[in-house]
Amino acid sequence: MGMYNDKVMDHFMHPHNAGDMENPDAVGNHGSPVCGDMMEIAIKVENNVIIDAKFKTFGCGSAIASSSVATDMIIGKTLEEALAYTNKSFIDELGGLPAPKVHCSVLAEEAVKNAIYNYAQKNGLELEGLKGYDPNKEFGHDDDEEFDEQ
Amino acid sequence: MRQVYLDYSATTPVKKEVLEEMLPYFSEKFGNPSSLYGIGLSAKSDLNQARAKVANLIGADEREIYFTSCGTEADNWAVIGTARAKKSKGNHIITTAIEHHAVLHSCEYLQKEGFEVTYLPIDKQGRINLEDLEKSITDKTILITIMFANNEIGTIQQIKEIGAIAKKHNVLFHTDAVQALGNVPINVRELNVDFLSMSAHKIYGPKGVGALFIRKGVVIPSFMNGGAQENKRRAGTENVSGIVGFGKAAELAGANLTDHIEKVSKLRDYFAEQITAKIPEVEINGSMDYRLPGNINFIFNYIEGESLLLLMDAKGIYASTGSACSSASLTPSHVLKALCLPYEKMHSSIRFTVGDFTTKEDIDYTVEELIKIVERLRSISPLYKQK
Repeated sequence: MGMYNDKVMDHFMHPHNAGDMENPDAVGNHGSPVCGDMMEIAIKVENNVIIDAKFKTFGCGSAIASSSVATDMIIGKTLEEALAYTNKSFIDELGGLPAPKVHCSVLAEEAVKNAIYNYAQKNGLELEGLKGYDPNKEFGHDDDEEFDEQ
Repeated sequence: MRQVYLDYSATTPVKKEVLEEMLPYFSEKFGNPSSLYGIGLSAKSDLNQARAKVANLIGADEREIYFTSCGTEADNWAVIGTARAKKSKGNHIITTAIEHHAVLHSCEYLQKEGFEVTYLPIDKQGRINLEDLEKSITDKTILITIMFANNEIGTIQQIKEIGAIAKKHNVLFHTDAVQALGNVPINVRELNVDFLSMSAHKIYGPKGVGALFIRKGVVIPSFMNGGAQENKRRAGTENVSGIVGFGKAAELAGANLTDHIEKVSKLRDYFAEQITAKIPEVEINGSMDYRLPGNINFIFNYIEGESLLLLMDAKGIYASTGSACSSASLTPSHVLKALCLPYEKMHSSIRFTVGDFTTKEDIDYTVEELIKIVERLRSISPLYKQK
């Protein structure tokens, strides 16, 4: 008996795509250690299709499970398709999250957007799904600098 | 799978001797202590024997022990009752930032009624400053309520000195001793406390029973209104089986106190030693000098507490966290906040409490599993990489 359903627990216990990526095409992150959760998503892109994704997450069970499904779902998708995912897409895929944990899925949505945004910036792409996106809207960007320089 | 319970501060299993003592009161000895015939009178007499045992554990007179439904009720009664009884004298209460919510929320409730509350800060060790306390007393101060020992970081306050200050200024003094009971020698006469809250389920007794010590001569209104139970000060048919169990648990706690303290503090020290030696970048919250014998609170840097708890749970190891993510409110523990810990360290803090049934093998198993779990979570933590 736990606070999470079996699918969430499975993604938490055996997360997909966890760890470092060698030579990523872009890295995005969201959250802050101060808030208790921080997510970093690295992507490899070919012809505007995400061919690989990896995550690193400091956070609770649902943050790790959300990272796992989010990376699963964006692999094989075009950048625009990946941008169309919302936190609700990840919650649905997980079969639901407890109400106080919904923000963990938002973290995943934002980290994915941030990775794609960084890719678009680097490659001079204009993507429909990034219209109105502000990478600094919620958190300070101290943690991003390292990746911006890459 | 092996099960290792390291959360004795949350609750304890009922000891066999305690359960055996309780069982007849559910069936053949079911009488109501207020009834004036055989099984009622004997229930009343057994109730008072239990009262004497609880009194004995804290050096009180049995007439100073009032049974309640839990520690929270005892805290509410002492704090709110004193406010009601003394409001013509003043409206100021002094407490600490690290009290149990049973005291903190009672104080907040009184603030809404116009009472003023001073929340004393703590130092890095988790202790209040006695000068701060004395300076905050005014001619309006009616109550000082300071916990004996903290549930999260285990810090033991200078209760005797606080009692002396309260007495000098003629202010009533309540201490929530729910965590200290059975873990620290307590004598209410030496400590100068007027109220002391207790709970049975923290000392290998049953849930659903607590007690408030009220010093003889101190009068506060009843918290429950109704019959004449508990010397007309706490109405409601007594939880006889629970109270008898509390009495037995108190008797055992008193008899085993020295051995218990030695055993659990030794295991706790061994645990702390092993963890800090075998896992890099671990810190300890609170003081090692003024600490409950079974308590240890680690910061596993770069890891969020709930993930750690879930992976420990999967290995049958049970502990608890003050991390935000484990609570519905998403705010980190007020105790860790009062320690002025950086937020990321609050999220990485885990409390373990060793108890009477913990073995060295339990600790060894936990250490071995924690090494693997911490390594695994750090390998996917973006903070660890940034180091």
